[in-house]
Amino acid sequence: MAFFLLLSLLMYLLSGLASLAMGRHPAWGTRIVPFGSAAASLCALIPVLYVLAGGTPVDLRAAWSLPVGSFHLHLDLLSAWFALPVILVSPIVSFYGTGYLRRHDRPRETDACGFFLQLLTGGMLFVLLASDGLLFLLAWEIMSMSAFFLVVFEHEEHEVQRAGWIYLVATHLGTAFLFAMFVLLGSRCGSFDFGDFDGLGGVADVVFVLAVVGFGAKAGFFGLHVWLPEAHPAAPSHVSGLMSGVMIKTGIYGLLRVMVLANDWPAWWGWVLIGIGIASGLGGVIYALVQHDLKRLLAYSSVENIGIICLGLGMSVFGVHSVGPVALFAMAGALLHVLNHAVFKSCLFLGAGAVIQAVGTREIDLLGGVQKRMPRTAALFLLACAAVCGLPPLNGFVGEFLIYLASYWSVLPQGLPSVNPRVGGFVVISTLALIGGLAAMCFTKVYGAVFLGEPRSGCGSSATDPGRDMSVPVTVLAALCAVFGLGGSLLMLLVASVAARIHPLAMAAPDMAPLREASAVYLNVTLAALVLAAAVYGLWRLRDRLLAGRVVRTGPTWGCGYPHGTPRMQYTGSSFAQPIIAAFRSLLRSELGGDWPAGYLPGRSSFMTHTPGLFMHRFYTPLFAAFARVAVRMRRIQQGGTHVYVFYVVLALVAVLVWSLL
Amino acid sequence: MTDQLVIALLFLVNLRMFATSRLDSLIRGVALQAFLLVCLAVVSREGALSWEGWTFLSVTGLVKCAVLPVMMTRALRSAGIRREVEPLVGYRVSLFIGLIVTGFSIWAAAQLPMPDGAADPLVVAAALISMITGLFLIVARRKAISQAIGYLAMENGVYVLAPALAVHGPLIVETGVLLDVFVGVFIMGVIILHIRQEFKHIDIDRLSELRD
Repeated sequence: MAFFLLLSLLMYLLSGLASLAMGRHPAWGTRIVPFGSAAASLCALIPVLYVLAGGTPVDLRAAWSLPVGSFHLHLDLLSAWFALPVILVSPIVSFYGTGYLRRHDRPRETDACGFFLQLLTGGMLFVLLASDGLLFLLAWEIMSMSAFFLVVFEHEEHEVQRAGWIYLVATHLGTAFLFAMFVLLGSRCGSFDFGDFDGLGGVADVVFVLAVVGFGAKAGFFGLHVWLPEAHPAAPSHVSGLMSGVMIKTGIYGLLRVMVLANDWPAWWGWVLIGIGIASGLGGVIYALVQHDLKRLLAYSSVENIGIICLGLGMSVFGVHSVGPVALFAMAGALLHVLNHAVFKSCLFLGAGAVIQAVGTREIDLLGGVQKRMPRTAALFLLACAAVCGLPPLNGFVGEFLIYLASYWSVLPQGLPSVNPRVGGFVVISTLALIGGLAAMCFTKVYGAVFLGEPRSGCGSSATDPGRDMSVPVTVLAALCAVFGLGGSLLMLLVASVAARIHPLAMAAPDMAPLREASAVYLNVTLAALVLAAAVYGLWRLRDRLLAGRVVRTGPTWGCGYPHGTPRMQYTGSSFAQPIIAAFRSLLRSELGGDWPAGYLPGRSSFMTHTPGLFMHRFYTPLFAAFARVAVRMRRIQQGGTHVYVFYVVLALVAVLVWSLL
Repeated sequence: MTDQLVIALLFLVNLRMFATSRLDSLIRGVALQAFLLVCLAVVSREGALSWEGWTFLSVTGLVKCAVLPVMMTRALRSAGIRREVEPLVGYRVSLFIGLIVTGFSIWAAAQLPMPDGAADPLVVAAALISMITGLFLIVARRKAISQAIGYLAMENGVYVLAPALAVHGPLIVETGVLLDVFVGVFIMGVIILHIRQEFKHIDIDRLSELRD
C-alpha cells in the first residue's frame, strides 16, 4: 500500500515537471496535467479506500539525510478521510483548468500553472501523509508556495500582485506559529515524530493555541481570513476552487491532527472552537452578503463553512466528557462537511469561472440574465447554490444535519454532568440557524442578480455555455453534490467509523446505534425532499399542460406591465443586501453613498455601498504600517560602512564576554 | 621577569597604535607587536622548544615582522598617502579608549576561567588588548590600509592565545590562521590599489553606496 502512496506523490511531481518540459508541444503539455492528476489520484485512492474500509494504517519510514526529523509517512483514518476531497476534486479541477487556460492563451504561464497545480495537489497529499514535524513543515511549505505561484498567474496586474503578497505574508505568519509549535513539541518530546508527541509534551494548552493561530491562518478563521477574499478573486477560477475547496481544509486537518495527539480535550478548547465557529460562520456569511465581486463572495462563503466545521469540532470537544452520542455526531458532522464543502465550493468556483470567462467581469451588479444565455451552467450553479445553503437532499445538508442533531441531543434535559455542552448546544443551534438563513439569502442574491432578470450592462451579450472541456467537470461536481446528498445515509455510517476511532472519542467506545437511527432519519428526510421535488416538477408539468394551446405572452423580468421596462428596474445585488447592511451596520462599517429619492416625483437617484474588510482596514493595515515605520527607523543602523558593522560585532562580543564573566 | 618586561612593552606598543596618526608608524607598530609576541611565546614557554617549534616561530616571525609590513609599506607608497588625517575617532579620545581597554583586558583576563596552568593572566591580557586594538583600528579608522593593519593586530592577539587554548596540534591551527591572514592582507593590498585607481582615494566610508 505504501508503494501506491509513493507512486502517487511521484506521479504528481513527474507530471508537473513533464508539463514544464513540454513547452514546445502545448497539446501534450496541457493533456499531461489532468491525466497525470487522474492517474495519481487513482493510485492514492487504493490505499485510502483500503484504510477507510478498516484496513491497517499504512506506515512508511525511509532513510533521511538530514540530522533532525525523519521521513515518516503514515496514512491512518483521519488522513485518509481528508485525502478523499484531495483525490476526488483535484483531477476534476485539473481537467477544467486545461479548458479554462486554453481560452486565456498564455502558453508560458499555462505550463507553469500546470506544474504548480500538480505540486499543490501533491503537496496537500504530502501534508496529510507526513508524520514527522519537520517533514510536515516541508510539505506545508511546498503546498503554500505552489499556491502562491498559482495565485499570481496574471502576474503583471497590480491587483494580483497585491493579492499574492497578502497571501504570502498570511501563510508565512501562520507557518511561523507552526514552527514555534513543532519546535516546542520537539524540544519537549525529544523527537519530531508524531508518534512521540503523545500527550503533547505536557504543554497541550500552549500547543493548542499555537495550532489554532497557525492552522487557522490557512483554514481562514475569521480574523485570520484576510488572504481569502484577496487571493481567490486573483487566482484563475480552477485554482480558487481547489484552494477554497480543498487547500484550506488542510488547516482543519492540522488542527485535528494536533488535537488527537492530546491526552484529553479540556472544555475551554470547545469554547475557543465554538467562538471561532460563531465569528467565522456569521462573519463570513454577512461579509459574503455585502460583496460585489462574485469570487470574493464565494471566498467569504468559505470562511462561513469553515465556521460551521469549527462549530462541529467545538461541540465534539464538549461531547467527549458527556454521555450520549454528542461527540460522535458532532465530529462526524464536521468531517462530513469537510468533504461536502470541498465538492460544492469547487463546483461553485468552477461555475463562476465559466460565467466570468464568458462575460468578462466579476462584478455582480454588471451581470444579469445569464441564465438565458448559459442555461446549462446556470442549472449546475443553482444546484451547487442549493447545496451550499444546506438544503436537503443535497450534500451541504448532511454535515449540518449531524451537527444540529448533536446540539439538540446536548440541550435535551437528560442530566448531562456538565453545563458546557448544554449552553454550547443552544449557542450552536441558534448560530447554525442564523448562518443557514443568511446563507440562503446570500446565494439567492448571487443567483438572482447574476443569472435571473435582464442583463444590466453590455457585458457578455454574446456569452454562451462553455464547451465540453469546461462543462463536463462542473457537471461531474454537481452530480457529486447530488450523489453525496442522496447517499448521505451511507456517508454518515462511513464517516462515523472514522470519527469513532479519533483518539479521545475512541476511549469511550461510542455506541453506533444512535448514528444508525440518525442515518435512517436522514433517509426519510431525503425521501421527503425527493417527493417534494417530484411534486414541484409535477405541478410544473401540470402548468405546461394547462397552458398548452393558449396564448402565452412573455415580457422582460421585472417589467411589471410597463411596455418599456429597463434593466434598471431590477433589484441589484447592492439593493438586495441593503437591509443586511442596515442591520449589521455597527459590525460591517459599510460606506453608504448615493442620492436618495426625495419628493413625490423624485428625480435621478442612486445608491451605492462599499464594505471594506474590517480586519484588513482596522487591524492589519495599521499594524503593518507600524511595522514599516519601525523598520524605516531601524534602517538608520544600517549605514553601509564596514567599520560600523565591525563595531556592532565588537559590541556584541564584548557584551557576551562581560555577561559571561559577571 | 623577562616575560613581564615583554608584556609591558606590548601594552606600550598597543597604546602607541591607538594614538598614532602616521600610517608608517602604525605599520612599524604592528611589526613590533608581532615581534614582541613571538618573544613572549619563546620566554613564557616552560621547557625547551623542539626544532619544529623553532621553525614555526621563525617562519611566523619572518612573515609578521618582515613580509607583511614590507608589503603594506609598498601599498602605502603606491597609494601615496602618509597619514590618517580625519579618523572617525580622534587621537586623544583613542588614547583614552586605549587606557580603558587596557584596564578592561586585565580585568577580563583575571576573570576568565582558564585551564590549569594554560597561561599566565597577564599573557591573556596582552592577547586581549592586541585583539581589541585590532578591532578598534577596524572600527575607528577610515583608510583601508588602517583596517588591514587592524586585522593583522587582531591576528597577533589570536596568535598568543591559540597555543595556550588549543590543546592538540596548536601549531597546525596557528599555521592555518596565519595563512588566512597572509592571503587576506595580500588581497587587501590588491584591492586597495584597485580602489585607489578607481576612486582616487581609499576612504572606506565613501564606499557606503554599496550597502543595498
